[in-house]
Amino acid sequence: MSDRSPATTAQLDLRVHVIEPAARWSSLHLSELVEYRELLFFLIWREVKVRYKQTALGVAWAVMQPFFTMVVFTIFFGRLAKAPSDGVPYPVFAYCALLPWQLFASALTESSNSVVANQRLITKVYFPRLIIPLAAVCVGLADFVVAFVILIGMMLYYGIVPTLAVLTLPLWTALAVATALAAGLWLSALNVRYRDVRYTLPFFTQLWLICTPVAYAVSWFPEQWRPLFALNPMFGVVEGFRWALLGRGEGPGLTVAISSAVVGLLLVGGLFYFRRTERTFADIV
Amino acid sequence: MYSLKAEHLRKRFTLGARERYGAMRDVITRSVQTALSPSQWGRQTPADVVWALDDVSFEIAEGAVVGIIGRNGSGKSTLLKILSRITEPTSGRAEVRGRVGSLLEVGTGFHPELTGRENVFVNGAILGMRRRDIVARFDDIVAFAEVERFIDTPVKHYSSGMQMRLAFAVAAHLQPNILLVDEVLAVGDAEFQRRCLGKMEDVSRQGRTVVLVSHQLGQIRRLCQQVIWLDRGRVRYIGETGSAIGEYESAILRGDDTTAAGQCFIRWEIPGSGQSLKHSDRATTIRAHIRLHEALVRGHYGVAIYDDQEMVVAGWAFEPVSLEAGSHTLDMNLPSLPLRPGAYRLSFALFNGGSNLTGGRLIEKWMGVPPLTIDAPPVGHPQDEWAGILNVPGTLAVSGGVGTETGHPARPFAGQTR
Repeated sequence: MSDRSPATTAQLDLRVHVIEPAARWSSLHLSELVEYRELLFFLIWREVKVRYKQTALGVAWAVMQPFFTMVVFTIFFGRLAKAPSDGVPYPVFAYCALLPWQLFASALTESSNSVVANQRLITKVYFPRLIIPLAAVCVGLADFVVAFVILIGMMLYYGIVPTLAVLTLPLWTALAVATALAAGLWLSALNVRYRDVRYTLPFFTQLWLICTPVAYAVSWFPEQWRPLFALNPMFGVVEGFRWALLGRGEGPGLTVAISSAVVGLLLVGGLFYFRRTERTFADIV
Repeated sequence: MYSLKAEHLRKRFTLGARERYGAMRDVITRSVQTALSPSQWGRQTPADVVWALDDVSFEIAEGAVVGIIGRNGSGKSTLLKILSRITEPTSGRAEVRGRVGSLLEVGTGFHPELTGRENVFVNGAILGMRRRDIVARFDDIVAFAEVERFIDTPVKHYSSGMQMRLAFAVAAHLQPNILLVDEVLAVGDAEFQRRCLGKMEDVSRQGRTVVLVSHQLGQIRRLCQQVIWLDRGRVRYIGETGSAIGEYESAILRGDDTTAAGQCFIRWEIPGSGQSLKHSDRATTIRAHIRLHEALVRGHYGVAIYDDQEMVVAGWAFEPVSLEAGSHTLDMNLPSLPLRPGAYRLSFALFNGGSNLTGGRLIEKWMGVPPLTIDAPPVGHPQDEWAGILNVPGTLAVSGGVGTETGHPARPFAGQTR
């Protein structure tokens, strides 16, 4: 297959494709995503490349955002409000949660705006539209990796040695990305139709941040509130990060199960909603 | 065997669907209200519904090169978008056999910060090429675009012509079974256009099916065997190129063909001599009669003269031009029009709210029919191959030495004879 010249492959591939109005709720055609995986790769690569083109600024920005938020949190929550940090130095405690939060928040923002931002592509070329929010979500991972280096530095400084639980880190990262994608699918599709989604998004993200124990430990609240917190998938992510890196908080358990279930529902719903609305993107955007 | 088949395709557009902005408070309220009642999702008022395509059926054989002509708003682009799966038909169906490559815009996905090389890969992937295909054709692409020296420079430093060339080169090396092209051959300089046309001819010689939308009837004549003429979303004529274009042109002259639906209509003449010019050295007026269906505010009026090779030999732009809706006569005055005798075409373009470069919106681009005949006495070189494009008299004065051999005074003369 692979040694065939491109022209021959194209000529042999004479499948008939039928174009007709699709049913209201159609299948997700996820196999098509596999077919277009190279495009996904190139779109991610393009964004990362452009972002880091002026290298100094690109890297600095990825680090500055979580770092300065950590500094502000340390002053206001750690020192002044004396928020509990479960016995870990507050800066590490906060930064450790800010990392996945930042990944989530930027992935959410990027993906929510992605369809509108790529309207030229959408109105001129066919490809599975899912690729667009998917690429947008993945781009945030580059910043995440850069900002992670700071965390390693801080852990060394405070002499914190992670346990074997650190191996579960990719899982928590994946959960953060999945949460962003789930919400991003809904919001990007809604954004095409209702352009003000863009304006309400920062507000929405801010509220979400306050409801997530990033600046404080969840032990600030009565124990019986926990299941309520767990409904927020980012709670599971933040707790997971702290457990994996600092050995604090709760390991995988009921909280994570609830969080994952919520993400799963949101994600599947988002995929179907996106599929349902994507056919009108080119007409409306 | 067919390669493309359309059966009763229809496409409905709702006007005003884009205008969803408003005060944030109102929009939130409305969004919540709408979001809470699924019955209101995608609601439409029947009054502002437009059928961009209305019962379009045709069949295109494998390896055919077919042109689609028609006025702006006749549904040409919508048809290509449906065939390339960018948008869905409202009803009806189409079948396409094999891989479809669509070229509705040159340079989709180009990023100014990326180098030429990087953009070739991204753009190729967007157009549906596999990475290994791009690698295999990379050198051809770069050579065709003639940007070898700058391939590792960010394209923001390219001239717009270079960007266009590179973008077209990528697209030209797509190798789909069916190629859908929308009006993209109008880019670049004359020489590059000629090569693009040549490339398109190669593509069709390789047995690929090509569907080409163009306003430039000359290109359609040169490339296509068959033409589909769309008029207000319906197929008005399908047939062999010559007769289809003939029908189309005469319908336009009669003022038939979507005059009511189109935004504007242009007819032109040279006052006193119709569509021909008997002299090339005296003042001439090219008068356009324009019927506008919308007011032109700070618009752009462009006029160009094409020769029989479809090359632009002269062009003018006027802006800002503001006109009310209704009929107007625009006189363009030229001190002379020194063109070699022959047949030319005039093209007129109207943009609203600026030019093509300043964000104006194309109202109409018009290839003037019938052709402009220049019938002035030739004053240049007597041999055709040396006469060139311009019909300008030259005089010879010799100082010192001996006079001209024949001795008679300044005979009309252009250029150096051997």
